[in-house]
Amino acid sequence: MKTFKIGGIHPNDNKFSAGKRILPVALPKQVIIPLAAYLGAPSVAVVEKGEKVKAGQLVGKANGFVSSNVHSSVSGKVVKIEPALDASGYKRMSVFIDVEGDEWMEGIDRSTEIIRECRLTKEEIIQKIHDAGIVGLGGATFPAHVKLTPPPGKKAEVLVINAVECEPYLTCDHQLMMEHTEEILIGISILMKALQVERTVIGIENNKKDAIELFKNRIQARSFDGIEVVALKVQYPQGGEKQLIDAAIGRQVPSGALPIEVGAVVQNVGTVFAIYEAVQKNKPLIERVVTITGKSLLNPGNYMVRIGTPLANVVELAGGMPADTGKIIGGGPMMGRALMSLDIPTAKGSAGVLFMAEDEARRKEMKNCIRCAKCVSVCPMGLEPFLLMAQGEREMWPEMENDRVMDCIECGSCSYTCPANRPLLDYIRQGKFTVSGIIRNRKTPNP
Amino acid sequence: MNIILISLITLGVIGALAALILFFVAKKFYVFEDPRIDEVEAALPAANCGGCGYPGCRGFADACVKADDLDGLFCPVGGADTMSKVAAILGKTASAAEPTVAVVRCNGSCENRVRTNQYDGVKSCKVAHNLYGGDTGCSYGCLGLGDCEVSCKFDALYINPETMLPEIDEDKCTSCGACVKACPKLLIELRRKGPKSRRIYVSCMNKDKGAVNKKVCSVACIGCSKCFKVCPFEAITMGNNLAFIDSEKCRLCRKCVDECPTSAITELNFPPKKPKVEVAETSEKEN
Repeated sequence: MKTFKIGGIHPNDNKFSAGKRILPVALPKQVIIPLAAYLGAPSVAVVEKGEKVKAGQLVGKANGFVSSNVHSSVSGKVVKIEPALDASGYKRMSVFIDVEGDEWMEGIDRSTEIIRECRLTKEEIIQKIHDAGIVGLGGATFPAHVKLTPPPGKKAEVLVINAVECEPYLTCDHQLMMEHTEEILIGISILMKALQVERTVIGIENNKKDAIELFKNRIQARSFDGIEVVALKVQYPQGGEKQLIDAAIGRQVPSGALPIEVGAVVQNVGTVFAIYEAVQKNKPLIERVVTITGKSLLNPGNYMVRIGTPLANVVELAGGMPADTGKIIGGGPMMGRALMSLDIPTAKGSAGVLFMAEDEARRKEMKNCIRCAKCVSVCPMGLEPFLLMAQGEREMWPEMENDRVMDCIECGSCSYTCPANRPLLDYIRQGKFTVSGIIRNRKTPNP
Repeated sequence: MNIILISLITLGVIGALAALILFFVAKKFYVFEDPRIDEVEAALPAANCGGCGYPGCRGFADACVKADDLDGLFCPVGGADTMSKVAAILGKTASAAEPTVAVVRCNGSCENRVRTNQYDGVKSCKVAHNLYGGDTGCSYGCLGLGDCEVSCKFDALYINPETMLPEIDEDKCTSCGACVKACPKLLIELRRKGPKSRRIYVSCMNKDKGAVNKKVCSVACIGCSKCFKVCPFEAITMGNNLAFIDSEKCRLCRKCVDECPTSAITELNFPPKKPKVEVAETSEKEN
């Protein structure tokens, strides 16, 4: 069975919410919609305090190419536009909307009817994806239209669909695939048209055998041409873009380059579903599937949540916060970020909320590095984490740059595997942050 | 006997040859170095802190010797005394700079600012700052993990375990600026020491609106402009929902300290307060 070639780890997958149907969440009293909850330049608010908005109405306009539109997920009244704490751990500009009724913009098709035919041209499709504010739903939230517009001189050859869900605990993509198989396949054909590629590879990890079967059957039954499903050996971080390309189509993206360099474009399966809804149903990205999970949670499950709903509202449905909670994590346990409160709104990138018990969450005591090189052997990018950490502690930025710190995908395999519990990723992330600043300054020096 | 003689002669000849080569090489590649650099370096405090902006004391001495005048060159550790010595050696006039000292512009102690979460990562402010806003509701305030403490070479700064805020030992602080660079929240400022070391400054850097930051910290500057209005010397400016006191213009009348509704303005080294009416009178007399 295929997988990526360098490094990787095998954490327990703990998928408690697997097979749980996606349940809708009741509308909250107020939603908080961050204007910058994605990678790129923050959008500019186009609504004012006191204005009435409908669900699906534009509230933030994309500011530049690498930026995205933001829409209201509910109907109601804008009460204020102020900084609010979000999953980044900082306060960022957000639109607060008091919910009144559930009125949608005209033109949005909310029926469950599946529309297969798409007569739009390549440009029209990309424009629609841009207008709908679609960003990568795998977690990195990179605007989708940017990936669909290869730089001049580069041509996409293969579309790779990331249906790996290698993060332990999370099941939102898995459940989406089980319930919306056909929509996802139509979304893929739309993307193939937009990119003008003939071949698509869907990478699914082997712990989701039902999804692999289902997709294979549907592709054959409904004759979707050029789409193949590849079962991948379970290994973390297979969902990393470069790891997935290596695993699914056997190409290696060079250091510092983008996947388009080897003719590949990767899209997450959740993003594909959002693209289907945007193109065929005119529905902007205003809701997503969120997994609420944890070992001591009463009722782990998958929920369809409007963007901006405070996480507390969703958690209530899953049985409330367990008493022994030591840490709340937004996203999966490997790459997620600890959240400071449950008032944080659901963002486009929130794939899950994980409750970790006190004893599980606490960091263990740090000991000296014993030079066992476990971190080196598990690093999927072939880096030397122990060395980068030592350099980070001593603030040796040029040396870190030489040792390819910018290649780090922050998967956390090194910290996970370290027998001395060293905070490898903490320092590497610090190094990445500083080195990227140095590189930016070199390109455009400050006057 | 013969062997000893031969080896002595051979070694002697090699030694003489090497000496000869070294002599000519030393002549050929001789680099003139101003002897005054050594003199100036000897006059400097040898702290090698980099506070002057040059790499160590020798770097600073070199810059002093090469410069036309000493304007802009100042050793914060040695202060005016050292600079006059340096000026005497070089026959130039010393630059005048008033002594400064570091102040921490955050007063969010555990009492004033409620902790909303626990940080269990690496004990480094820079790492925590990259990760999130901090363990309180205020994302502008001190993280209390001690990057400044580590950076201080003079043992002048330490984190008070009760307040979890840095405290500065004025006698030891040389205002080298290492802590200013170490703080990722940019909370530390080098401020004019002031007469009798008396200083008044706004001890808050929270740029949020008053209604927001008052909820997270009881001593936050809420940007109400009361101090700005009461100041008779126009020393206070408002910006980013914050007041700033210009230490050049401030005449230490302390009217703003009494006016501030959240006690965000800190006064240092003043005698204990007398009743309000008297304070107003004495401050007028002082001026």
